[in-house]
Amino acid sequence: MSVNIKDFPGTPLSQDDLSAGKVLTTYWRPKLEYGWDAGVAISRYLEELKNGRIIGVRCSQCRRVVVPPRVVCEWCWEPIDEWVYLEDTGTVNTFSVCYIRWDASRAKEPQIPAVIEIDGASKAGFLHLLDEVDPDDVKIGMRVQAVWKPAAERVGSITDIRYFKPI
Amino acid sequence: MGMRKVAVVGAGMTKFMRRAQETGRELAFQAAKMALDSCEMTLDDIDAVALGSAPDAFDGLHMKGEYLSDGAGAWNKPYMRSYVGGGTGVFAAIQGWYHVASGLFDTCLVVCEEKMSSCKPHPQGAFLTIFDHTTERPLKPNLVWIFALEMNRYMTVHGLEKKDIARVAVKNKKNALDHPCAQLGADITVEDVLNSEVLAWPVQRLDISPTSDGAAAMVLAAEHVAKRITDKPVWIKGVGWSLDSAYWTNRDLYYPKYVESAARMAYDMAGIKEPRKEIHIAEPYDPFDYKELHHMEGLLLCKKGEAPRLTADGVTARDGDLPVCPSGGLLGVGNPIAASGVMKLNEIFWQLRGEAGKRQVPGQPRTGLAQSWGDLMQVGCVVVLGI
Repeated sequence: MSVNIKDFPGTPLSQDDLSAGKVLTTYWRPKLEYGWDAGVAISRYLEELKNGRIIGVRCSQCRRVVVPPRVVCEWCWEPIDEWVYLEDTGTVNTFSVCYIRWDASRAKEPQIPAVIEIDGASKAGFLHLLDEVDPDDVKIGMRVQAVWKPAAERVGSITDIRYFKPI
Repeated sequence: MGMRKVAVVGAGMTKFMRRAQETGRELAFQAAKMALDSCEMTLDDIDAVALGSAPDAFDGLHMKGEYLSDGAGAWNKPYMRSYVGGGTGVFAAIQGWYHVASGLFDTCLVVCEEKMSSCKPHPQGAFLTIFDHTTERPLKPNLVWIFALEMNRYMTVHGLEKKDIARVAVKNKKNALDHPCAQLGADITVEDVLNSEVLAWPVQRLDISPTSDGAAAMVLAAEHVAKRITDKPVWIKGVGWSLDSAYWTNRDLYYPKYVESAARMAYDMAGIKEPRKEIHIAEPYDPFDYKELHHMEGLLLCKKGEAPRLTADGVTARDGDLPVCPSGGLLGVGNPIAASGVMKLNEIFWQLRGEAGKRQVPGQPRTGLAQSWGDLMQVGCVVVLGI
């Protein structure tokens, strides 16, 4: 550190300090609930997922086709209103094999999150999960297809696609 | 552009700890007081205060800027809290810089604080809200996913193996053994990293920085004031910050273009034409070992995909040609989000003044940089310091 400074402040606590009750702590468990409106572009996206289709948008300026849809191209800053149906197939852009849950505890089964470039979009895709594949066999560049919930079970959510599987 | 020269004249920090007895405002006070004491200034000498702190959700309180204001010495002064995720620490220094460079203030105290241990059971819970509420959160993502996805893309595009990346964790944790504030200094091997618990492949336990409590502060002064305070001012030669699209699944994650944009802005201001030759020492943001490599490339300190080889060749070691994270970085010193960015700037400050003690790099470096990265993997902040 700076050679001119001898002692740095701060009092680290050890597990023993906590176990011995040397630390006074106040707890609070909030209950917060939110309801998020899907908005103009994502509402159409969700409606089409309910129909078993993936839809994106094309920017009239840069001609990029992107998904998820949006009302403005963030690069051209032009409004977007051209809707484009995309395939429900794509290419794995990147993936992980995740063994932990959100609180860093161990998961029972590994999950395979992936970014999937959707066919028909301009090397653009979205986050989803892979399944029906051994984690050791997943590769970047692998071709995959959406596995949909049955029509009667679809509600207009990204989870209307259960996962993607290799083709 | 009519901007005034701004110097760093003082620096302070607390220990970085898994869990501190002190509250956030107490940590902020300790770091701010040390920074002022280090240059024999008092709060009366300070015209404005720039505060950085990451999500309110860590602390479970609203308006963290207001909460931390007493410890940060902000009362009765122009005061503002900035927040750009993990980029906050270096951004807060940029904020302090433009307060002074603009001519509005002659001095500015920059204070960054984080107390992540309050969030139970794990601060990862607070991070879940970064994912899009409608298109991503129904998939029940966790924070490590995005790093794992980026790391895998980086490794695959460049044909890298885990051992190429693990060397960064080994180097930084070893460097941290010489840092008196370090939380996780350790003498480990590449094998230890490769054998550590797999969290989300390719991310393993020892690839990742810890959660931490801590604070760090610095004192900035305009040229005419700085020269009265110290005979060893360290000048802020250039600053840059930039943002990429928040639609992170539409970008190629293998390369941080936004870091390059931020670096080019800072280099232009500093008159740096060949960063590889003109930057003598660097503290890129290293919350994960691959991020140090990724950021070295974005900072144009080497070609794309070349950073792992420089690491393997010892170029980035403390006694190498381009010492990188001689402090021990976030991997070794710890990662109290906003405070870690200022820790990096303080390290460059001490190194350029020749005051880094056991961590001092050889060769009397004259120009260095610190960089941080944040928001949804799309913010880059860069500060170039020089003597």
